[in-house]
Amino acid sequence: MTDASIALNRFGLGARPDDAPPGDARRWLVDQFDRYEPRVSGAPTAAAAAQALADYQQARQAVRAEQGGARPGQRRRAAMAEQAPAMEEGAAMAPTNRRPAGPRQVAGEDAQPMSDTERAAVAMRRQGREFYTQSVGLRMNAALATPTPFVERLVHFWANHFAVSADGMRVVGLAGPFEFEAIRPHVLGRFRDMLFAVERHPAMLMYLDQAQSVGPNSPLAQVAAARAARGQGQGRKPGLNENLAREIMELHTLGVRTGYSQGDVTEFARAMTGWTVAGLGRGGGRMAGTDGRPGDFVFAPRLHEPGARTIMGRGFAQDGQAQAAAVLDMLAAHPATARHIATKLVRHFVADDPPAAAVARVEAAFLQSGGDLPTIYRALIASPEAWATQPAKFKTPWEWSVSTLRALGLREFGTPQTVGLLQQLGQPTWRPGSPAGWDDTAPSWAGPDAIMRRVEAAERFATRANQQIDPRARAAQLFPGSASAATTQAIARAESPSQGLALLLVSPDFMRR
Amino acid sequence: MFTRRTFVSTGTLAAIGAAFAPRIAFAAAPTEKRFVFIIQRGAADGLHTLAPVGDPAYAAARGALAQDFASAAKLDAMFALHPALANTAALYKGGEALFAHAVASPYRDRSHFDGQNVLESGGKDAYQIKDGWLNRLLSVLPQEQAKGIAVAATVPMALRGKVEVASYAPSALPDASDDLLARVTQLYAGDAQLHALWEQANATRALTGDLAADNGRNAAATGALAARLLAPADGARIAMIETGGWDTHSGQSGRLAAQLRGLDAMIGAIKTGLGPLWKDTMVLVATEFGRTVAVNGTGGTDHGTASAAMLLGGGVKGGRVIADWPGLAPANLYEARDLKPTASLDGVIAGATAAHFGVDPARMTAALFPAAGPVRAVEGLTRSV
Repeated sequence: MTDASIALNRFGLGARPDDAPPGDARRWLVDQFDRYEPRVSGAPTAAAAAQALADYQQARQAVRAEQGGARPGQRRRAAMAEQAPAMEEGAAMAPTNRRPAGPRQVAGEDAQPMSDTERAAVAMRRQGREFYTQSVGLRMNAALATPTPFVERLVHFWANHFAVSADGMRVVGLAGPFEFEAIRPHVLGRFRDMLFAVERHPAMLMYLDQAQSVGPNSPLAQVAAARAARGQGQGRKPGLNENLAREIMELHTLGVRTGYSQGDVTEFARAMTGWTVAGLGRGGGRMAGTDGRPGDFVFAPRLHEPGARTIMGRGFAQDGQAQAAAVLDMLAAHPATARHIATKLVRHFVADDPPAAAVARVEAAFLQSGGDLPTIYRALIASPEAWATQPAKFKTPWEWSVSTLRALGLREFGTPQTVGLLQQLGQPTWRPGSPAGWDDTAPSWAGPDAIMRRVEAAERFATRANQQIDPRARAAQLFPGSASAATTQAIARAESPSQGLALLLVSPDFMRR
Repeated sequence: MFTRRTFVSTGTLAAIGAAFAPRIAFAAAPTEKRFVFIIQRGAADGLHTLAPVGDPAYAAARGALAQDFASAAKLDAMFALHPALANTAALYKGGEALFAHAVASPYRDRSHFDGQNVLESGGKDAYQIKDGWLNRLLSVLPQEQAKGIAVAATVPMALRGKVEVASYAPSALPDASDDLLARVTQLYAGDAQLHALWEQANATRALTGDLAADNGRNAAATGALAARLLAPADGARIAMIETGGWDTHSGQSGRLAAQLRGLDAMIGAIKTGLGPLWKDTMVLVATEFGRTVAVNGTGGTDHGTASAAMLLGGGVKGGRVIADWPGLAPANLYEARDLKPTASLDGVIAGATAAHFGVDPARMTAALFPAAGPVRAVEGLTRSV
């Protein structure tokens, strides 16, 4: 590959036919920092998605109060509808079997008609699904039309690093707003600021169960214990949930196996108690101190575990909200974090097995700049390993889809079609099914069936594409000075321009970057 | 991608195997044995699948989650199966389901991704071994039988390795034209990676015919699909199905019931789909680790250690739960929070596959778990033929 082709395909999102090949490839990348537009106009907000959730919860409570409590079977089915159980959605299966959450009646244990509560849950899921679909469409169209494809790719990278998975009703509508609000505005800022935006966003607080975590000795837990002792108050005892604390250390900052223990995870979870979301408590929000505009980050002192903490050998004596903030600051600047982030960036841009020299260079830039992301990206661009002429990265379904639509010259693509395409190709947007996000190496994507699907999709696109496209000329535009002899020959011998275009879209040149 | 060490040990094994192995291991006539590995990604709660209701500490330890077993029929004096597992319970009654409890892989931390890597690679530590035990199982089998398939778009870790395997998942995309397929074959001829993948894709396509029409939208359809991939005389003999959604940090009661109902439907569909071949089939269900004994503050459980595994099939010596039960009293827990592992999941896997395929247990153990140290294959898991 030439430098121009590398800039367009490996760092960018694939060339568009109206792109002039960059003269100075490195400069073309860096110059994008000044032109990047973080705002996506018309994007749904977390506030709107959270308000819809809060309205639903209120409706449900009103129904309950009116009926004096639903029958247990109904309550269970309503809870199942709310959780959007993975198996029924197909989300529990291999990624390719997943279907996005849709407004369907939950297959219940019996065939009773839906209660009002269940109907509210179904309506809520439909609402969340609309937010989700709209957001996926906006993400795709931003990727197709952007004048700053390198920075756009970085947005995708970070959203996957800090993955939430839109599998249940509580998160499905928030996944788009999460990327728009917590990732996009910070992609050219400091790592620390992105980390704070991410860990305080309602999508993350709810996806990893932080919103409901309660300190065992917090004021709220003590009230609950006293009531229980008097024989009042039933239901669950409030308590600690260590899910977010663990994933922050393992996935978001330090990386797994980097010198923290189970005890550190639990201590961090205690420090995090009180970090929650306003307006989504199921009653008792006032008592817990979680009143406010639904979806807003709130620190609720009544949920916070009192006392000083010791994490990774360091003491954290801060009061309240500042305690977890101090831990996050420590994690954001930790050398293990610099190493972890550098490794993932180099894996994304250079090779599945990241070359040590490039990792060291990016890691040093992280540490020296205090996590200044543009400095880190510059170190990456300056790494000779990133300009290796053989493409080493196998495109993910998202990368292949975006580059395909760009290659066809599209600036817009249908929203439901985008959702469906990614579904069929095995990478439903914002639904990796795990907080680790989608894997970034070839074995996860280069499967026999996956290739067959791309061939099927390419043929469909090519058949519907403008017949005026000359695939020979298009290949030269997409891979300036780089199209391989085998690909050029296969296209030249095709029985029709449409078939030539399909071959271009599945060629070895196009499958990798 | 072999480390020198694993390369040497598998190479040595192959040489020894050829010279001294019992005849049965390389018997000329391939048997009809089928093996399905269903992985439960996300650390399925064994205590909420197969509940030790007879343990005096159980009810207190599990709190609200124990309610789900209030009316469950007991399998024996100690254990009850989750009520959502109706097909599985029927298999147990018919002597075709065996459960192993308080089992764990050698992994002792609580990261899903490391835990799954240990479970799938068969190593002792994460990322120690670069290929999967299911792939190495293929290399132990006679060549006629050594066909594996992942019921997924890509090949999961356990099936990756030097024996080529296929993958298949239903697609709603229209089939590409034969002419285009032929040209893609030419186009990929000079590209080693794409060429190999393409060969596999075409071979699988020829086998599956119109399966795409099923569209495998739920667990039962996936089970039925797996059965159809395994049933033909020249089909796959080993299949792996990935299931996720087992990471129940909150609202566990409802979520796990739905998960288990799906798993049960999948198992039922495999049995139905295989028909008479069920007698020669073994299904293993396992997860990377278990969950905390105590319920957390959000009605769920957090990452733990030991869990339960299932063996199902016509040849399984079932109707039993095997467990060296450690007890749920606080003093008996692992790190004061988890079900203590008292048996090796590796040992169960090695013993089950050895008995099922008629391979010497020591040889199977060495092939599947070359780095795990003293793993002893659990014997007597199948009915003697």
